Amino acid sequence: MTTERPSTGGVEVSLQDLRRSYGDIQALNGMSLTLSPGELVVLLGPSGCGKTTALRVLAGLEDADSGRVVVAGKDISSIPTSKRDMGMVFQAYSLFPHMTARENVAFGLRLRGVDGAKRRKAAGEYLDLVGLGAQVDRYAHQMSGGQQQRVALARALAIQPKVLLLDEPLSALDAKVRVQLRDEIRRIQLDVGITTLFVTHDQEEALAVADRVGVMRAGQIEQIDTPEVIYSHPTNAFVAEFIGLTNRLSGQISGATAVVLGTEVPLLPGSPTSGTGSVLVRPEQVRVSEEIPVGQTHPGDATVVTTSFLGAHGRVSARLADGTLVVAQLPSAQVERLSVGQQVVLTVESIPALAVA
Amino acid sequence: MTTVSDSSVPVVASSVGPPPRKLRAARRRRTTVFRWITVVIVGGFFLIPLYSLFESSTKNLGGRRVWDAWQAVGSLATADDPNSKLLWVGLRNSLFLVALTLIIMLVLLVPTMTWIRLRVPWMRRTMEFVCLLALTIPAIVLVVGLAPIYRQISHILSTDTIWLCFAYAVLVLPFAYRSLDAGLDAIDVKTLSEAARSLGSSWTGVILRIVIPNIRSAVVSACFISLALVLGEFTFASLLNRQNFATAIFQVGQDDGRLAMALSLVSLLVAFVLLLVLSLFSHSRKGRKGKTA
Ligand SMILES: Nc1ncnc2c1ncn2[C@@H]1O[C@H](COP(=O)(O)OP(=O)(O)OP(=O)(O)O)[C@@H](O)[C@H]1O
Ligand SMILES: [Mg+2]
Repeated sequence: MTTERPSTGGVEVSLQDLRRSYGDIQALNGMSLTLSPGELVVLLGPSGCGKTTALRVLAGLEDADSGRVVVAGKDISSIPTSKRDMGMVFQAYSLFPHMTARENVAFGLRLRGVDGAKRRKAAGEYLDLVGLGAQVDRYAHQMSGGQQQRVALARALAIQPKVLLLDEPLSALDAKVRVQLRDEIRRIQLDVGITTLFVTHDQEEALAVADRVGVMRAGQIEQIDTPEVIYSHPTNAFVAEFIGLTNRLSGQISGATAVVLGTEVPLLPGSPTSGTGSVLVRPEQVRVSEEIPVGQTHPGDATVVTTSFLGAHGRVSARLADGTLVVAQLPSAQVERLSVGQQVVLTVESIPALAVA
Repeated sequence: MTTVSDSSVPVVASSVGPPPRKLRAARRRRTTVFRWITVVIVGGFFLIPLYSLFESSTKNLGGRRVWDAWQAVGSLATADDPNSKLLWVGLRNSLFLVALTLIIMLVLLVPTMTWIRLRVPWMRRTMEFVCLLALTIPAIVLVVGLAPIYRQISHILSTDTIWLCFAYAVLVLPFAYRSLDAGLDAIDVKTLSEAARSLGSSWTGVILRIVIPNIRSAVVSACFISLALVLGEFTFASLLNRQNFATAIFQVGQDDGRLAMALSLVSLLVAFVLLLVLSLFSHSRKGRKGKTA
């Protein structure tokens, strides 16, 4: 075992048709997923959809009822956790309380028979990597939550694992530290080039760090693709509505287009081809016009209900004549001009959207 | 410390009643007095019997102070008569029993309790019930059940006193369980062991390197109480016809009251010294960690 970090060490990981039930709860229901070498895949989904279970099966902490786990071309389903060479960071703080940060990081190396001096040096390097070079002699109770998770990351990386597994490592941290640390995790992951599975239920976090995002529901992957595609080309309503805010607007569908608030919008594959249906429209796709044409009605006539500022942009919700509440995302300058109760006309931008019956 | 903030208290208060500083001082005096009363009562509770023991071991019927019992103790320690041999054998047996019982207790309880927490948490109640059972059954009744078992042990192993360690392990189970249970409750056994496993640790490694160091004080207190119990155990040994320190003292002191009392004091002293050694051992380890902390 050498202590220098290989810059590209990723292996392919493949989960094949995994099933796992707890009593009558089907935690994994035929889940399949392949990670390319060096790729960071985020599993995203609502609570209880089986994300943690999938990760634990990959780590060997949980046995699948059926299915295979293949790493670098080898079926490892029957190999115990301790021999799988996977670095894990847990949601709960998991540093060994009786060891300093350095001893924690060196723990895995000691088990691998790396001698004392080398071990200390390597542990120091990994702590430097996560920005904690100055805290090597601290115990867990002397560190903040964010620092503890950094040490946990260094500890997981120090054994030069084949795969890095992160189960909501940031969920116990406050918003600012969260953003900071997630960017850092991504930087280090790219730097080390390790195949990584990252579990979260925070969609912003998922979109920010992932090469690909897998959206899970009820023990299966609903869609897996790059963040951009997941966001702009969802294949079903669950994915569209789980990722980001979505309006459901009724539209007249014919063929591959639908007419929504008077505008013709192209429809994504998977949408129905005729009849009336709901078209899923993102807030930033909604336009708000303050100029009311006199004497004629428009399907987008609406009344402003609330306005809110979110920094550079803001949100406006307005109620259509039929009672539907529509959320629009606008530049702050425009939000400032609008007032509650004001009459406006809503239209939608003609970019592809998903429709459901 | 508290008087420092007194300067900020407005002087106005003094015109109304006794100044707060005085009130507080009075309260502090009361607390101190109360504390000392507690110490004296508790101390008396422990020390008076010991003192009486010492008094009776050094007074003859006429009320004169005599040291013959203690001289006898001194000579027993060195002499080569049957009584002296009895005592030394008893003491040696008891010390071995302490060591063996502690080992059996720890080897039995720590891995089992860890395993139950990790894999079969619904078994915890059952385990607790089984462990606490020994507490609810009087020793004399336990012996009735143990007698036939020890007849078998005499056949299979030997009649050596050392095999009492099995019975003693059962005896200390309730106390050791309670202490270890509290220790394990204070750490996240599941996450810590999973982290260690993912880093490549075997199950033995998890127990020895992760669990035990983190429940050290619970282990020490389990050992404390086990040690005290085993060292003073009389019923099992006597009724099962084995020789330990307690039975030896009983036998040697049977026809000399003063000697019996002197020996009792000596046995308390032995227990005290052992506990002291154990606590020094556990403290020195903690102290080393505390320095870097
Ligand atoms: N040890 C267990 N015993 C019984 N049921 C379990 C166990 N572990 C998980 N489950 C069930 O399996 C399902 C999937 O759980 P899992 O922990 O994988 O969800 P998750 O997607 O990680 O959710 P969260 O976002 O809340 O962490 C849930 O319904 C859960 O109740
Ligand atoms: Mg989870």
